Amino acid sequence: MKRNLPIAAGAALLALSVSACSGASSPAAPAGSAGTADSSQTSPAGFQEQHKGGTLRLQAKSGDGTLDPHINYSNGNWQIFQAMYDGLLAFKKVGGEASYDLVPDLAEAMPQVSPDGRSYTFTLRKGVKFAGGGEVTADDVVASFERIYKVSGPTSGTFYAGIVGAAACVKKPKECTLDKGVVADKAKNTVTINLVEPDSEFPLKLALPHAAVLPKDTPDKDQGTKPIGGTGPYMAVSYDPNKELKLVRNPDFTEWSREAQPQGYPDEIVYSYGLTAEAAVTAVQNGQADWVFDPLPADRLSEIGTKYASQAHVNQLSAFWYLPLNTNLAPFDKPEARQALNWAIDRQAVVKMFGGANVAQPACTLLPPGIPGHADFCDFPQPDLAKAKDLVQQSGTAGQEVAVVVSDDEVSKQIGEYVRSTLEQIGYQAKLKVISTNIHFTYIQNDKNKVQVSVSQWYADYPAASDFLHVLLSCASFRAGSDSSINISGYCDKDIDARMAEAMTLDRTDKNAANAKWGEIDRDLTKASPIIPLFTPKQVDFVSSRVGNYQFHKQFFMLVSQLWVK
Amino acid sequence: MSGVEPIPAVAAPVRPGAGPWRQAATRILRNRSALTAGAGLLLIALVCLLAPVYAGSIAHTDPFVSNISGTTVVGGQEVQVLQQSTEGLGLGVTPIGPTGDPGHYLLGADNQGRDVMARLLYGGRNSLLVGVSSALLCCALATVLGVVAGYFGGWIDAVLSRFFDVIWAFPVYLLAICLSVVLLTSGLHLGPVHIDAGSLALPIVIIALIYVPYVARPLRGQVMALRDKEFLHAAVGLGASDLRIMRREVLPNILPTVVVFLPLMTALNMLTESALSFLSVGVQSPDASWGTIINDGLALLYTRPMITIAAGLFVALTAVALNVFGDGVRDALDPNARLRGGA
Repeated sequence: MKRNLPIAAGAALLALSVSACSGASSPAAPAGSAGTADSSQTSPAGFQEQHKGGTLRLQAKSGDGTLDPHINYSNGNWQIFQAMYDGLLAFKKVGGEASYDLVPDLAEAMPQVSPDGRSYTFTLRKGVKFAGGGEVTADDVVASFERIYKVSGPTSGTFYAGIVGAAACVKKPKECTLDKGVVADKAKNTVTINLVEPDSEFPLKLALPHAAVLPKDTPDKDQGTKPIGGTGPYMAVSYDPNKELKLVRNPDFTEWSREAQPQGYPDEIVYSYGLTAEAAVTAVQNGQADWVFDPLPADRLSEIGTKYASQAHVNQLSAFWYLPLNTNLAPFDKPEARQALNWAIDRQAVVKMFGGANVAQPACTLLPPGIPGHADFCDFPQPDLAKAKDLVQQSGTAGQEVAVVVSDDEVSKQIGEYVRSTLEQIGYQAKLKVISTNIHFTYIQNDKNKVQVSVSQWYADYPAASDFLHVLLSCASFRAGSDSSINISGYCDKDIDARMAEAMTLDRTDKNAANAKWGEIDRDLTKASPIIPLFTPKQVDFVSSRVGNYQFHKQFFMLVSQLWVK
Repeated sequence: MSGVEPIPAVAAPVRPGAGPWRQAATRILRNRSALTAGAGLLLIALVCLLAPVYAGSIAHTDPFVSNISGTTVVGGQEVQVLQQSTEGLGLGVTPIGPTGDPGHYLLGADNQGRDVMARLLYGGRNSLLVGVSSALLCCALATVLGVVAGYFGGWIDAVLSRFFDVIWAFPVYLLAICLSVVLLTSGLHLGPVHIDAGSLALPIVIIALIYVPYVARPLRGQVMALRDKEFLHAAVGLGASDLRIMRREVLPNILPTVVVFLPLMTALNMLTESALSFLSVGVQSPDASWGTIINDGLALLYTRPMITIAAGLFVALTAVALNVFGDGVRDALDPNARLRGGA
């Protein structure tokens, strides 16, 4: 998932067990610096009645698009959806490592999986109600899955393409029916989902907002700014993407599982749009707002880390920033040229551009720490310009022109300028091309635009190696002439593809063996260098002094509904 | 040059019998404000031209190469150019600030660890180059179009005047931004003219084009007024060709106006270049200009404001100097003008 924000984050005492490839570990934060060990922070046992109430005031530069959970694909709204909607399964709503654990949500228990791994049977909880509506039934579940295709949800052809009948639904969304794919048994109050092929990652996909269960009478079109009643503790009462999103308590909500969907603390959550990140930081400092969604301005980080250390929370993200190199275009069609740039890049320097060693960690691997399959290796540990120059000479590409295409956000521009300078140093004629952030991501994906090298980011949709390696570098992910070709490098190696398929199959039976295989694939891809990993970022959340009970969820970031403002 | 009208002596007495250009030069030399501004301009230009000397022999730095992991010496101690915060949570990295030492980051470093002073001098070369070149190109184009439109009149004038109207109809910065955004993607390929995207020539051409009507319009009016003068009728009567009349009779009469426009347009064009570069649609990396440096400094406004302030000061001083000097030139060449309420 390409996130819409280059999240700047800072360091901490916390999860620095995650070590970077080069052995460069983030320095521990000074003793006494509060607001650091957040990932390990978990929710206090039970609901703290004395903290219930108040209005939580969130700030963002702009709204994050439609409020329809089957369509919206932005981290801003996914974070808010956690307090509004539920699926059959959920990532446990706690801070720390446990937040990647799956728990039953609208289902009573984890599904019964058939021996061939193709059928998942869920028994629905009784008594769960939609906001302003009736009780959740198996019909709602079936209708919700069909709606994913009827509204042409962004992941309908990928995450949920394996459901029986999905192929036809993707082709003809309006006529979608999943009578064999999602089968309801009203008498038993169960829903069975049948897959064409076993998919060990399917339960993870069921915990995403795109698989949220909505009332069966929800119209089969994007609801835009019109709130849809969900089952979560909050419901939206108004939404204007240019002004404000207002959530109030869902009067029909009763806590059924504290792990899956805990009751929220604030009475109201008001998300205001319009302030720049700079102004929003000042508002939080002055107590006029409680949190800033946008990346914190680089020149305010130092101030926040010193004067407001107790209000800053720093957490590792399952993401990485990287340079996609076009493997079908000179000079990077030559492996030596790609490896030359891999040797030339000083990752510590790039980390400085993101905000320093406490905000990001240099990355040598494509799989970030914390993602299954991540292996600790570093084949390009320190920059070696002499070796890089030799490789450029060997590749026969010295002196060629290279354009670095970056988006116009500050961090990307800085990294792009550094990459341009580095390419010049190793023997190319390099220039920087800055284009609007609005079009950059689609522009660099289309091979017709002949982008040689760019700067991009990838944030995990869910914790799985395939969400990085298979999505970013499999042959199937490359679509010639398309703006939606996430294999930006255009890399295709049939042998690697076969090994990835093998790893995904193995994952169903032997997770350790599968993870080991993913680690090997990661290493071979890193050697081939179709993409150059730069760093894994951290998230810095800056909250007002009145906010308490901060918890960082590894999948959906700060748990908004669990914040105390009273 | 029979058509040059005598310039009445007003502001300063001049030697009787001197030619109009000599009289103008005399007036400028007696105008202290213009002289001071001119000297300031020369100084700025000279300092900018010496940028390679400053970078190579004094600062010992390449202002176009990133130096993120580099070090420098401050007060006898070696320090990082980009310094990681060590207090509190240790968030953020801040470039070194002004040291006051020309050999070691006199005005500090930018986000890439590059010497701000060296970049300001190199940037000044490009800002002045774009300002002067685009003013020259603009005035040259405007002179040709203004003379042709004013001299021939009729449908030629109608066509050219509508062309000016169309350009004039757009807000000038909006037009410049639109042209820049389009041309920065693919470059300019118009017949025999090929300018690569990212080339310095691109902002020069764009800025020159958008200001053509602003210069051509008054010139056209002046030429139309000249058409009824006796010396022009005499030239026609003597059988001079249109080209010869325009070149030998019309052009010399409007040249003082063009000369007056030059410094003023240079100032205006330089400001436009700075604005476009600030918006990332002017001078492109690896080149720098004062506008790009202001843009670079924006992200450090809170911690290292000197980057933006210094570049802004250079732009402001140069623009003021050009305008004061331009006013002096105008006063000298056309003492009757009251455009700015001056002499």
